[in-house]
Amino acid sequence: MSADNAVRAEAVKTTANTGNKTMEAKKEVVKMQAEHLNLHYGSFHALKDINIKIAKNEITALIGPSGCGKSTFLKTLNRMNDLEEGVTIDGKVTLDSDDIYHGSLSAIQLRQRVGMVFQQPNPFPKSIYDNIAYGPRIRGVRGKDKLDQIVEESLREVGIWDEMKDRLHKSALGLSGGQQQRVCIARTIAVRPEVILMDEPTSALDPISTMKIEDLALKLKEKYTIAIVTHNMQQASRISDNTAFFLLGELIEFGKTQDIFLNPKNKKTEEYITGRFG
Amino acid sequence: MKAKENSWNFFVRLCGGIVIALPIVIGIFLIIRGNMTFTKYHHSIIEFLFSSNWAPADDMTGGGHVGSAVYIVGSLITCGLALLISVPFSMAAAIFMTEIAPKGGNKVLRPAVELFVGIPSVVYGWMGMTILVPFIKKIFNINQGYGVLSASLVLAIMIFPSITTVAADAIRSVPDSARKGAYGMGATRWQVIYQVVVPAAKTGIMSGVVLGLARAFGEALAVAMVIGKTRSFPKGILSPTTNLTSAIASDMGGVMEGGEYNAALWSMALLLFLISLLFIFIIHRMAGSAERKEKKLEKMAEQAAKAEAAANGGN
Repeated sequence: MSADNAVRAEAVKTTANTGNKTMEAKKEVVKMQAEHLNLHYGSFHALKDINIKIAKNEITALIGPSGCGKSTFLKTLNRMNDLEEGVTIDGKVTLDSDDIYHGSLSAIQLRQRVGMVFQQPNPFPKSIYDNIAYGPRIRGVRGKDKLDQIVEESLREVGIWDEMKDRLHKSALGLSGGQQQRVCIARTIAVRPEVILMDEPTSALDPISTMKIEDLALKLKEKYTIAIVTHNMQQASRISDNTAFFLLGELIEFGKTQDIFLNPKNKKTEEYITGRFG
Repeated sequence: MKAKENSWNFFVRLCGGIVIALPIVIGIFLIIRGNMTFTKYHHSIIEFLFSSNWAPADDMTGGGHVGSAVYIVGSLITCGLALLISVPFSMAAAIFMTEIAPKGGNKVLRPAVELFVGIPSVVYGWMGMTILVPFIKKIFNINQGYGVLSASLVLAIMIFPSITTVAADAIRSVPDSARKGAYGMGATRWQVIYQVVVPAAKTGIMSGVVLGLARAFGEALAVAMVIGKTRSFPKGILSPTTNLTSAIASDMGGVMEGGEYNAALWSMALLLFLISLLFIFIIHRMAGSAERKEKKLEKMAEQAAKAEAAANGGN
């Protein structure tokens, strides 16, 4: 992708940033791409010939019934699958244009650029401050002033600085589920990743906390590229620009969210999003 | 049927009662016998703890000296050094069998470590005498290898399994979500282990260390075989000395029942009893405070969620 395109996309976004409606005017920049991706757990073929482009500064939703491979696919994007045994992957996944499995990028470097937010809020059993400072610290950021600044910026970005500023040195485990999840998002963005992967980030939360996380995702896409796995059809239609529908390890349909939800091409997609199975 | 039920009930209660009563009775007995040094023979606790003049009279008239400082210092130094030697190895083994190679760790290393516990202490002592003592004599080129270092090494090997198994259990109980969170941010395996997993398991690990220390303090036979049993303060880690358990084990049979010497040995036993009580108390306090902290945080999280709901409901 040329720098020109990126600049244009940014310009379009800032002048007419009204969500999905700007889609037609905006030139898409591909941030991550999977080509002919196959994944096996032992002999089980979990992902079958997946081809997806994750657009920069957009939210891509991955939907489908349990066991369809959507979470597995998400984990291939920052190589969290490496931590599991018996996983074999072939095909190509790129970040910008670097091959993340066969290129010079290590899994460690990759995960610093492609961060992850999990289904269950999983703050470390440390203070709120130390949770946010964890990523910068492991990347060698030292000095109180610098870390203070990163912690404040990150918490501001997720909208809980005012709630947290007087209790930064208390344990993050004493926060509500919704607060914990936002601390986890702040922890992820503290290292300034390029892509944020979210694996059903609101499924353990109440409706109000869910709404807050959704608003946050919409705000964060201005700076980051987001891929989100969700079980919640409304959530996918509310916040995503693109939607990928997975079924039994195959990518059934992938396109603009409004197309998928209003004019699905595949009958199975239609059946799933209208709630006939799943 | 009813009668059988009742007799079972009685039997179980009786056993439970005995188990509870036994340590209490032992404690009371130790206090009575151990106190005789101070009540019947009129020595001060200061003298007992801090003087090194050890010459108790082996009769009922008394008038000797019961300064046990050499024994106490011997116990403290050997146990402290044993801990210094053992903790790094125990931690490494615990981390290896849980984080690095959990499969092989559980199948091979864990049973192997547990086997260590079952080896009788006389075997450790004998191995120490036959292998370790001559080895130390040779590599340091000294007259004899008995002493603080030999005793500490034998103790270190003996407490290694206690610390390792408790620490490994603590590490294993750290939820996987914490590890994944750290990996997901680009942490290396080492960073995940020493910045997330070990700090999260630190209470359990500390319990293991205290348990190891308690074991080291109470060990008699193996230490007695290699410490050199010389009643003087050690001048260095290579010099021979003695300790509380060795003194009791070697002298208890040869002194007059009820005499001053005998009373002084009982005081040592009481001191050991109190030290192990202290260790057990520390372990319980640590576990208790960790549990309280966890409960408190859970409660805080619940309250935070309620407060949030209330605030949102008000809008």
